[in-house]
Amino acid sequence: MTVTSEFMRGEQPQSGIKLTEQQLRARRSRSIAIAVALGAFVVVIFLVTLVRLGANVATRPM
Amino acid sequence: MSVAFARVEPSIAGVGDYIELMKPRVMSLVVFTALVGLLVAPVHVHPVIGLAALLCIAVGAGAAGALNMWYDADIDARMARTAGRPIPRGRVTPGEAAGFGMTLALFSIVTLGLLVNLVAAALLAFTILFYVVIYTIWLKRSTPHNIVIGGAAGALPPMIGWAAATGGLAVEPALLFLIIFFWTPPHFWALSLYRSEDYARAGIPMLPVVAGDRATRRQILIYTLILAPLGAAPWILGYAGPLYGVFALAGGAGMIALALRVRAERTGHNASKQLFGYSILYLFLLFAMLLVDLMSGGLFRHLAT
Repeated sequence: MTVTSEFMRGEQPQSGIKLTEQQLRARRSRSIAIAVALGAFVVVIFLVTLVRLGANVATRPM
Repeated sequence: MSVAFARVEPSIAGVGDYIELMKPRVMSLVVFTALVGLLVAPVHVHPVIGLAALLCIAVGAGAAGALNMWYDADIDARMARTAGRPIPRGRVTPGEAAGFGMTLALFSIVTLGLLVNLVAAALLAFTILFYVVIYTIWLKRSTPHNIVIGGAAGALPPMIGWAAATGGLAVEPALLFLIIFFWTPPHFWALSLYRSEDYARAGIPMLPVVAGDRATRRQILIYTLILAPLGAAPWILGYAGPLYGVFALAGGAGMIALALRVRAERTGHNASKQLFGYSILYLFLLFAMLLVDLMSGGLFRHLAT
Protein backbone atom coordinates (compact mmCIF):
# COMPACT_ATOMS: atom_id res chain seq x y z
CA MET A 1 0.00 0.00 0.00
CA THR A 2 1.41 3.41 -0.92
CA VAL A 3 1.43 6.53 1.19
CA THR A 4 -0.60 8.34 -1.50
CA SER A 5 -3.45 5.83 -1.40
CA GLU A 6 -3.53 6.05 2.40
CA PHE A 7 -3.88 9.81 2.14
CA MET A 8 -6.63 9.48 -0.51
CA ARG A 9 -8.63 7.24 1.80
CA GLY A 10 -8.18 9.71 4.66
CA GLU A 11 -5.94 7.41 6.70
CA GLN A 12 -2.75 8.32 8.49
CA PRO A 13 0.25 7.04 6.49
CA GLN A 14 2.09 4.18 8.16
CA SER A 15 5.39 4.61 6.37
CA GLY A 16 7.64 7.66 5.85
CA ILE A 17 10.50 9.25 7.71
CA LYS A 18 10.10 9.53 11.45
CA LEU A 19 12.38 12.15 12.94
CA THR A 20 14.34 11.35 16.07
CA GLU A 21 14.23 13.66 19.06
CA GLN A 22 17.66 15.08 18.06
CA GLN A 23 16.55 15.70 14.48
CA LEU A 24 13.36 17.43 15.66
CA ARG A 25 15.35 19.64 18.03
CA ALA A 26 17.84 20.53 15.27
CA ARG A 27 15.03 21.32 12.81
CA ARG A 28 13.28 23.52 15.34
CA SER A 29 16.45 25.48 16.10
CA ARG A 30 17.13 25.92 12.37
CA SER A 31 13.56 27.11 11.78
CA ILE A 32 13.84 29.70 14.56
CA ALA A 33 17.20 30.91 13.19
CA ILE A 34 15.74 31.28 9.67
CA ALA A 35 12.77 33.21 11.10
CA VAL A 36 15.09 35.54 13.05
CA ALA A 37 17.32 36.06 9.98
CA LEU A 38 14.32 36.86 7.76
CA GLY A 39 12.91 39.20 10.40
CA ALA A 40 16.26 40.99 10.65
CA PHE A 41 16.43 41.24 6.86
CA VAL A 42 12.97 42.84 6.73
CA VAL A 43 13.97 45.34 9.45
CA VAL A 44 17.18 46.23 7.55
CA ILE A 45 15.26 46.73 4.29
CA PHE A 46 12.66 48.83 6.11
CA LEU A 47 15.27 51.05 7.79
CA VAL A 48 17.32 51.51 4.61
CA THR A 49 14.13 52.42 2.73
CA LEU A 50 13.32 55.02 5.37
CA VAL A 51 16.82 56.50 5.14
CA ARG A 52 16.94 56.53 1.33
CA LEU A 53 13.35 57.63 0.81
CA GLY A 54 13.42 60.06 3.72
CA ALA A 55 16.30 62.01 2.22
CA ASN A 56 14.60 62.22 -1.15
CA VAL A 57 11.22 63.22 0.30
CA ALA A 58 12.87 65.97 2.36
CA THR A 59 14.51 67.48 -0.73
CA ARG A 60 11.70 66.98 -3.25
CA PRO A 61 10.56 70.04 -5.23
CA MET A 62 7.31 71.49 -3.84
CA MET B 1 10.18 3.05 -15.63
CA SER B 2 11.24 3.25 -12.02
CA VAL B 3 13.44 5.97 -10.65
CA ALA B 4 15.58 5.20 -7.64
CA PHE B 5 16.23 7.94 -5.11
CA ALA B 6 19.00 7.79 -2.58
CA ARG B 7 17.62 7.95 0.93
CA VAL B 8 18.70 11.20 2.53
CA GLU B 9 18.84 11.22 6.31
CA PRO B 10 17.17 14.23 7.93
CA SER B 11 19.75 16.74 9.05
CA ILE B 12 21.01 16.88 12.62
CA ALA B 13 22.83 20.16 12.03
CA GLY B 14 22.00 22.81 14.60
CA VAL B 15 22.36 26.57 14.35
CA GLY B 16 25.78 26.39 16.02
CA ASP B 17 27.06 24.13 13.24
CA TYR B 18 25.99 26.63 10.58
CA ILE B 19 27.57 29.48 12.53
CA GLU B 20 30.79 27.44 12.71
CA LEU B 21 30.65 26.98 8.92
CA MET B 22 30.85 30.75 8.58
CA LYS B 23 34.23 30.88 10.42
CA PRO B 24 33.13 33.49 12.99
CA ARG B 25 36.68 34.36 14.10
CA VAL B 26 37.79 35.12 10.54
CA MET B 27 34.51 36.93 10.00
CA SER B 28 35.12 39.20 13.00
CA LEU B 29 38.48 40.34 11.59
CA VAL B 30 36.89 40.86 8.16
CA VAL B 31 34.08 42.96 9.65
CA PHE B 32 36.53 44.97 11.75
CA THR B 33 38.86 45.81 8.85
CA ALA B 34 35.86 46.63 6.63
CA LEU B 35 34.53 48.91 9.38
CA VAL B 36 37.85 50.75 9.47
CA GLY B 37 37.78 51.11 5.66
CA LEU B 38 34.25 52.48 5.92
CA LEU B 39 35.00 54.94 8.71
CA VAL B 40 38.29 56.34 7.41
CA ALA B 41 36.63 57.22 4.09
CA PRO B 42 36.28 60.98 3.73
CA VAL B 43 32.49 60.94 3.38
CA HIS B 44 29.75 60.68 5.95
CA VAL B 45 27.84 57.43 5.77
CA HIS B 46 24.43 57.17 7.38
CA PRO B 47 24.74 54.68 10.27
CA VAL B 48 21.92 52.52 8.88
CA ILE B 49 23.57 52.29 5.46
CA GLY B 50 26.93 51.57 7.12
CA LEU B 51 25.40 48.85 9.27
CA ALA B 52 23.67 47.30 6.24
CA ALA B 53 26.99 47.29 4.37
CA LEU B 54 28.81 45.63 7.27
CA LEU B 55 26.07 43.00 7.61
CA CYS B 56 26.37 42.15 3.92
CA ILE B 57 30.17 41.96 4.17
CA ALA B 58 29.88 39.73 7.26
CA VAL B 59 27.43 37.39 5.53
CA GLY B 60 29.60 37.37 2.39
CA ALA B 61 32.64 36.42 4.50
CA GLY B 62 30.57 33.68 6.13
CA ALA B 63 29.54 32.41 2.70
CA ALA B 64 33.18 32.20 1.62
CA GLY B 65 34.00 30.29 4.82
CA ALA B 66 31.18 27.80 4.27
CA LEU B 67 32.20 27.21 0.64
CA ASN B 68 35.81 26.75 1.77
CA MET B 69 34.74 24.13 4.32
CA TRP B 70 32.61 22.40 1.69
CA TYR B 71 35.50 22.03 -0.75
CA ASP B 72 38.15 21.31 1.87
CA ALA B 73 36.15 18.72 3.86
CA ASP B 74 38.49 15.90 2.78
CA ILE B 75 41.69 17.61 3.91
CA ASP B 76 40.05 19.12 6.99
CA ALA B 77 39.32 15.57 8.18
CA ARG B 78 43.04 14.74 8.00
CA MET B 79 44.29 17.69 10.05
CA ALA B 80 44.06 17.90 13.84
CA ARG B 81 43.34 21.66 13.70
CA THR B 82 40.33 21.26 11.41
CA ALA B 83 39.05 17.71 12.10
CA GLY B 84 36.43 19.09 14.49
CA ARG B 85 34.74 21.24 11.83
CA PRO B 86 31.05 20.49 11.15
CA ILE B 87 31.51 18.48 7.91
CA PRO B 88 34.34 16.14 9.06
CA ARG B 89 32.45 15.66 12.30
CA GLY B 90 29.39 14.52 10.33
CA ARG B 91 27.09 17.26 11.62
CA VAL B 92 26.61 18.94 8.24
CA THR B 93 26.70 17.23 4.84
CA PRO B 94 28.91 18.72 2.10
CA GLY B 95 25.77 19.43 0.06
CA GLU B 96 24.19 21.37 2.91
CA ALA B 97 27.35 23.44 3.34
CA ALA B 98 27.58 24.16 -0.40
CA GLY B 99 23.90 25.17 -0.58
CA PHE B 100 24.24 27.32 2.52
CA GLY B 101 27.38 29.03 1.19
CA MET B 102 25.97 29.69 -2.28
CA THR B 103 22.72 31.08 -0.87
CA LEU B 104 24.52 33.42 1.50
CA ALA B 105 26.96 34.51 -1.21
CA LEU B 106 24.25 35.45 -3.70
CA PHE B 107 22.09 37.01 -1.00
CA SER B 108 24.88 39.18 0.42
CA ILE B 109 26.14 40.38 -2.98
CA VAL B 110 22.67 41.27 -4.33
CA THR B 111 21.65 42.95 -1.07
CA LEU B 112 24.87 45.00 -0.90
CA GLY B 113 24.34 46.07 -4.53
CA LEU B 114 20.72 47.08 -3.95
CA LEU B 115 21.10 48.75 -0.55
CA VAL B 116 24.55 50.33 -0.77
CA ASN B 117 26.24 50.48 -4.19
CA LEU B 118 27.35 48.34 -7.09
CA VAL B 119 31.11 48.92 -6.68
CA ALA B 120 31.06 47.50 -3.15
CA ALA B 121 28.88 44.59 -4.33
CA ALA B 122 31.24 43.84 -7.22
CA LEU B 123 34.23 43.88 -4.85
CA LEU B 124 32.44 41.55 -2.43
CA ALA B 125 31.62 39.17 -5.29
CA PHE B 126 35.25 39.27 -6.43
CA THR B 127 36.47 38.59 -2.88
CA ILE B 128 34.23 35.54 -2.42
CA LEU B 129 35.10 34.22 -5.88
CA PHE B 130 38.82 34.78 -5.30
CA TYR B 131 38.78 33.04 -1.90
CA VAL B 132 36.75 30.06 -3.07
CA VAL B 133 37.93 29.50 -6.63
CA ILE B 134 41.46 30.96 -6.80
CA TYR B 135 42.62 30.16 -3.25
CA THR B 136 40.59 27.16 -2.05
CA ILE B 137 40.04 25.21 -5.25
CA TRP B 138 43.17 26.12 -7.19
CA LEU B 139 46.13 27.45 -5.21
CA LYS B 140 45.80 25.81 -1.80
CA ARG B 141 46.58 22.31 -3.06
CA SER B 142 48.96 23.23 -5.83
CA THR B 143 51.58 25.77 -4.72
CA PRO B 144 53.50 26.88 -1.60
CA HIS B 145 52.58 30.43 -2.61
CA ASN B 146 48.93 29.58 -1.87
CA ILE B 147 48.55 31.92 1.09
CA VAL B 148 50.60 34.71 -0.50
CA ILE B 149 48.29 35.08 -3.51
CA GLY B 150 45.20 33.82 -1.70
CA GLY B 151 45.84 36.40 1.01
CA ALA B 152 44.46 39.02 -1.38
CA ALA B 153 40.96 37.81 -0.53
CA GLY B 154 41.50 38.52 3.16
CA ALA B 155 43.01 41.90 2.34
CA LEU B 156 40.05 43.19 0.33
CA PRO B 157 37.47 43.94 3.10
CA PRO B 158 38.83 47.46 3.91
CA MET B 159 38.48 48.28 0.21
CA ILE B 160 34.89 47.01 0.25
CA GLY B 161 34.21 49.18 3.31
CA TRP B 162 35.73 52.21 1.59
CA ALA B 163 33.79 51.50 -1.61
CA ALA B 164 30.57 51.16 0.42
CA ALA B 165 31.16 54.67 1.78
CA THR B 166 32.44 56.44 -1.33
CA GLY B 167 31.24 54.37 -4.28
CA GLY B 168 34.84 54.21 -5.58
CA LEU B 169 38.43 53.38 -4.66
CA ALA B 170 41.53 55.40 -3.72
CA VAL B 171 45.12 55.13 -2.50
CA GLU B 172 44.19 54.95 1.21
CA PRO B 173 42.21 51.69 1.03
CA ALA B 174 44.85 50.28 -1.32
CA LEU B 175 47.40 50.89 1.46
CA LEU B 176 45.18 49.02 3.93
CA PHE B 177 44.93 46.22 1.37
CA LEU B 178 48.73 46.05 1.07
CA ILE B 179 49.18 45.98 4.86
CA ILE B 180 46.94 42.91 5.22
CA PHE B 181 48.37 41.35 2.06
CA PHE B 182 51.95 41.47 3.41
CA TRP B 183 50.80 40.56 6.94
CA THR B 184 49.24 37.28 5.77
CA PRO B 185 52.41 35.28 4.85
CA PRO B 186 54.32 35.83 8.13
CA HIS B 187 51.10 35.16 10.05
CA PHE B 188 50.23 31.88 8.31
CA TRP B 189 53.77 30.64 7.85
CA ALA B 190 54.39 31.11 11.59
CA LEU B 191 51.38 28.84 12.16
CA SER B 192 52.41 26.36 9.49
CA LEU B 193 55.89 26.02 11.04
CA TYR B 194 54.46 24.28 14.07
CA ARG B 195 51.63 22.60 12.14
CA SER B 196 53.73 21.36 9.24
CA GLU B 197 53.11 17.66 10.05
CA ASP B 198 49.38 18.33 9.88
CA TYR B 199 49.72 19.99 6.48
CA ALA B 200 52.03 17.25 5.20
CA ARG B 201 49.51 14.57 6.26
CA ALA B 202 46.77 16.41 4.38
CA GLY B 203 49.01 16.81 1.32
CA ILE B 204 48.89 20.62 1.35
CA PRO B 205 52.10 22.11 -0.10
CA MET B 206 52.63 24.73 2.61
CA LEU B 207 56.06 26.35 2.50
CA PRO B 208 57.58 24.42 5.47
CA VAL B 209 56.39 21.14 3.90
CA VAL B 210 57.80 21.92 0.45
CA ALA B 211 60.85 24.10 1.15
CA GLY B 212 61.61 23.26 4.77
CA ASP B 213 61.78 25.19 8.03
CA ARG B 214 64.84 27.28 7.21
CA ALA B 215 63.49 28.69 3.96
CA THR B 216 60.15 29.44 5.67
CA ARG B 217 61.85 31.30 8.52
CA ARG B 218 63.79 33.38 5.96
CA GLN B 219 60.63 34.17 4.00
CA ILE B 220 58.84 35.20 7.20
CA LEU B 221 61.60 37.72 7.89
CA ILE B 222 61.56 39.08 4.33
CA TYR B 223 57.80 39.65 4.35
CA THR B 224 57.95 41.17 7.84
CA LEU B 225 60.65 43.61 6.69
CA ILE B 226 58.25 44.75 3.94
CA LEU B 227 55.25 44.78 6.29
CA ALA B 228 56.71 46.99 9.04
CA PRO B 229 57.29 50.11 6.88
CA LEU B 230 54.03 49.46 5.03
CA GLY B 231 52.24 49.53 8.39
CA ALA B 232 53.63 53.01 8.98
CA ALA B 233 52.90 54.18 5.41
CA PRO B 234 49.49 55.77 6.22
CA TRP B 235 51.34 58.10 8.62
CA ILE B 236 54.33 58.65 6.31
CA LEU B 237 52.01 59.58 3.43
CA GLY B 238 49.96 61.88 5.64
CA TYR B 239 46.75 59.87 5.81
CA ALA B 240 47.09 59.27 9.55
CA GLY B 241 48.46 61.31 12.44
CA PRO B 242 51.54 60.88 14.65
CA LEU B 243 49.63 58.80 17.20
CA TYR B 244 49.14 56.13 14.57
CA GLY B 245 52.69 56.60 13.29
CA VAL B 246 54.28 55.99 16.69
CA PHE B 247 52.22 52.86 17.25
CA ALA B 248 52.83 51.53 13.72
CA LEU B 249 56.60 51.96 14.12
CA ALA B 250 56.64 50.35 17.57
CA GLY B 251 54.32 47.50 16.51
CA GLY B 252 56.32 46.94 13.32
CA ALA B 253 59.56 46.83 15.33
CA GLY B 254 57.95 44.17 17.52
CA MET B 255 57.05 42.13 14.42
CA ILE B 256 60.63 42.39 13.11
CA ALA B 257 62.10 41.44 16.51
CA LEU B 258 59.90 38.33 16.64
CA ALA B 259 60.62 37.45 13.00
CA LEU B 260 64.35 37.66 13.81
CA ARG B 261 63.80 35.32 16.76
CA VAL B 262 61.92 32.92 14.46
CA ARG B 263 64.82 33.13 11.98
CA ALA B 264 67.36 32.36 14.72
CA GLU B 265 65.34 29.55 16.31
CA ARG B 266 66.91 26.16 15.63
CA THR B 267 64.82 23.83 17.79
CA GLY B 268 61.23 24.06 18.99
CA HIS B 269 58.59 26.51 17.85
CA ASN B 270 58.26 28.95 20.73
CA ALA B 271 59.17 31.97 18.63
CA SER B 272 56.84 31.04 15.76
CA LYS B 273 53.95 30.55 18.20
CA GLN B 274 54.70 33.95 19.70
CA LEU B 275 54.87 35.55 16.26
CA PHE B 276 51.55 33.97 15.27
CA GLY B 277 49.80 35.34 18.37
CA TYR B 278 51.52 38.73 18.17
CA SER B 279 50.69 39.14 14.47
CA ILE B 280 46.95 38.94 15.20
CA LEU B 281 47.28 41.55 17.94
CA TYR B 282 49.49 43.74 15.71
CA LEU B 283 46.99 43.84 12.83
CA PHE B 284 44.03 44.38 15.13
CA LEU B 285 45.73 47.22 17.02
CA LEU B 286 47.08 48.79 13.82
CA PHE B 287 43.56 49.12 12.43
CA ALA B 288 42.16 50.10 15.82
CA MET B 289 44.77 52.88 16.01
CA LEU B 290 43.55 54.21 12.67
CA LEU B 291 40.13 54.66 14.28
CA VAL B 292 41.59 56.14 17.47
CA ASP B 293 43.67 58.51 15.36
CA LEU B 294 40.61 59.49 13.34
CA MET B 295 38.54 60.18 16.46
CA SER B 296 41.29 62.01 18.32
CA GLY B 297 42.03 64.07 15.20
CA GLY B 298 38.37 65.03 15.07
CA LEU B 299 38.46 65.91 18.75
CA PHE B 300 41.55 68.08 18.31
CA ARG B 301 39.96 69.83 15.33
CA HIS B 302 36.81 70.39 17.39
CA LEU B 303 38.81 71.82 20.31
CA ALA B 304 40.79 74.07 17.97
CA THR B 305 37.66 75.71 16.52
